[in-house]
Amino acid sequence: MKRAILQVSGMTCPSCLDTIRTAVARQHGVQDVEVLFNAGKVKANFDERATNARSLANTVEKMGYVVERTTTKEN
Amino acid sequence: MHVIQRYFVRHMRNMVYVMSGLIISAILIQYLPIPFMRDRTLIASIFYLLSGILGLIPIFIKALVSLQLRVISIELLVSVAIVGALIIGEFSEAGIVAWLFLIGQIIEESTLTKTRSAVKDLIDLSPQTALRVTSPTAHDAEEVTIDAIKSGDYLLVKTGSQVPVDGVIVSGDGNLNEASITGESTARRKSAQDCDAVFAGSFLTDGMIVVRTTQVGDDTVFGRIIEVIEQAEDSKTAVQRFIDRFARYYTPVVILVSFATGVLTSDVRLAITILVLGCPGALVIGVPVSNVAGIGLGAKCGILVKGARMFHELSKVDVMVLDKTGTLTNGIPAVARVRECTIPATSSPYPELDINYVWRLAASLEQESTHPLATAVVTYVQRRMPAISFTQPKHFRVTAGQGVSAICDQHTVVIGNRRLLQAHAITVTPSDKIMADKWMHAGLSVVFIAIDGRPCIMIGIGDTIRRHANAALRQLRRQGIGRLIMLSGDSQTVVNEISSKLDLDEAHGDLLPQDKANFIRTIQGSNQKIAFVGDGINDGPALAVADLGIAMGDGTATTIEISDIVLLNSDITKLPIAHALAKATVINTYENIGIALITILILIIGLFTGFIYMASGMLVHEASILVVVINALRLSHRKLDTRQHRR
Repeated sequence: MKRAILQVSGMTCPSCLDTIRTAVARQHGVQDVEVLFNAGKVKANFDERATNARSLANTVEKMGYVVERTTTKEN
Repeated sequence: MHVIQRYFVRHMRNMVYVMSGLIISAILIQYLPIPFMRDRTLIASIFYLLSGILGLIPIFIKALVSLQLRVISIELLVSVAIVGALIIGEFSEAGIVAWLFLIGQIIEESTLTKTRSAVKDLIDLSPQTALRVTSPTAHDAEEVTIDAIKSGDYLLVKTGSQVPVDGVIVSGDGNLNEASITGESTARRKSAQDCDAVFAGSFLTDGMIVVRTTQVGDDTVFGRIIEVIEQAEDSKTAVQRFIDRFARYYTPVVILVSFATGVLTSDVRLAITILVLGCPGALVIGVPVSNVAGIGLGAKCGILVKGARMFHELSKVDVMVLDKTGTLTNGIPAVARVRECTIPATSSPYPELDINYVWRLAASLEQESTHPLATAVVTYVQRRMPAISFTQPKHFRVTAGQGVSAICDQHTVVIGNRRLLQAHAITVTPSDKIMADKWMHAGLSVVFIAIDGRPCIMIGIGDTIRRHANAALRQLRRQGIGRLIMLSGDSQTVVNEISSKLDLDEAHGDLLPQDKANFIRTIQGSNQKIAFVGDGINDGPALAVADLGIAMGDGTATTIEISDIVLLNSDITKLPIAHALAKATVINTYENIGIALITILILIIGLFTGFIYMASGMLVHEASILVVVINALRLSHRKLDTRQHRR
């Protein structure tokens, strides 16, 4: 398991948070997702055999938000 | 579609400028008496239409993406409203709604950034690169990114730059400003000689050091503090959870109401107006925005709050229970009493010694010892005489558990307790003996300074009350804390001695950590909210049992884990500040809820009395969001004067 932390900008309303959480959680291999509205962070644990941080960042970008930085950590 | 969306996200601002131009031109064309221009209404309508369509594209795409995930978003409501308005030919309404909605988002984003700026300023403090050297003495500094640094690496830190990691100084010395860790802005001297630890985010104001890395990135004290604040900002209070649940049902209900209205009255205009009003914007954003402002402001002055809930709890506290050692007192021995010894009546005439000279001899001896009582004496003398120079003592001897003796400046100097004086056949007058017993009873260690066989000064050393502790307690009382109680593991006599100097309602001694927890449980039975303030190291049970645990301490993992609020740098004056901040934040939250509810009321009344339509409804809606954000900003710009408690 790895942990991806995405720094996202463009979250202006708490409903954006629901949308992002649902979208990232749907990705294959993603275990649990946490979206920090105020810090503009998306934190997700994922199985590195099924997906990677870049594809998670793409998912978020597809929804109309800008991913500023992506970091991956060993869990 | 994603390509189009990304394009719109990147060029949002420019697009809104274009739309603003279109709307303003349309209004000018429509209402200004421009000569030789026919079909003015038609031209204005085309401008409104363009603005409506241009705005609809990004809003609609966002709505679709959310809908694919089965989330009914505000964008969906607005899209349907715009499309509806276009169909019934209300081009001006459609154009203005789209424009207001997008411009609102831009303004919200930039004002929200301001409420979050306190925390962002903190994060920006962490440097992104570091100068790595191969050994503590090497001069081969190489600039590397912070991610490439591992534990054990040697890093060079120059004057004016920041320490990039947690570590230990292995070479050099300098003054470090650790405001980002402790909230304390006076610089501290640290050196390789003392193997001092340094923390990421602190600032080297002068000097040059080489640091051996121990922790990097999120694992540093600073990284953990940031993480706690980020989590705290998004933590939810009961009120907010209620509002979120309300909002989740509110939006679909609005759609149903709008649909029903459209079908029953066949008034499409009214139906889409209801849709626009269906965005509970100010209500949803109002509470989190206040909390963020409060938590950020706290973080700025060294008050680490683990969640917005903690603010609500703290604002309602009736009883504050404080630990004695390390909380109300400094927790390290210091000189508390000083008295010149009385001269025995039978004594032979004796050359009078200058009192400052006696202190100088005493400090010269005590300087050689590492005993905490000796350190207390040296600190006291240095404070009394800042320009003191020491004399090298000869024949220096330590008697364990009793004191020290030596020849200094041709005088025989003996410093220690009565046992040591007896061993040197030095007698103390009966009145001094009585005084010494009295001091010992009050929990002080009594030390005599004897020169050439004659006791000159007696010193009482013990734990001393923190500076401004009493002022902090008084301030808490003024702010409405009804009961202040001190608990301690020390004997009741020591507790009585300390509490006599503090504005407390009760003071209890002889308590084990478990007894403190039980004491809190007993008062909790009387239905009062209790906060426990302790040093976070041995007060674990009490911190856990109390409704709110406040730790005086640092940003270490254990302290953060067992408490709800951490007062960094163990500064007792931060306690009333935290309490005032909690109250201000809670009031701000309720103000925002009030503003949001009034907005909804205005919209509903406006809708039924017929003076609010789509565009004006959207204006009220966006304005209300702006008002709650600005109200929260007012909180984050509040001056928390740390000095007012130090009068």
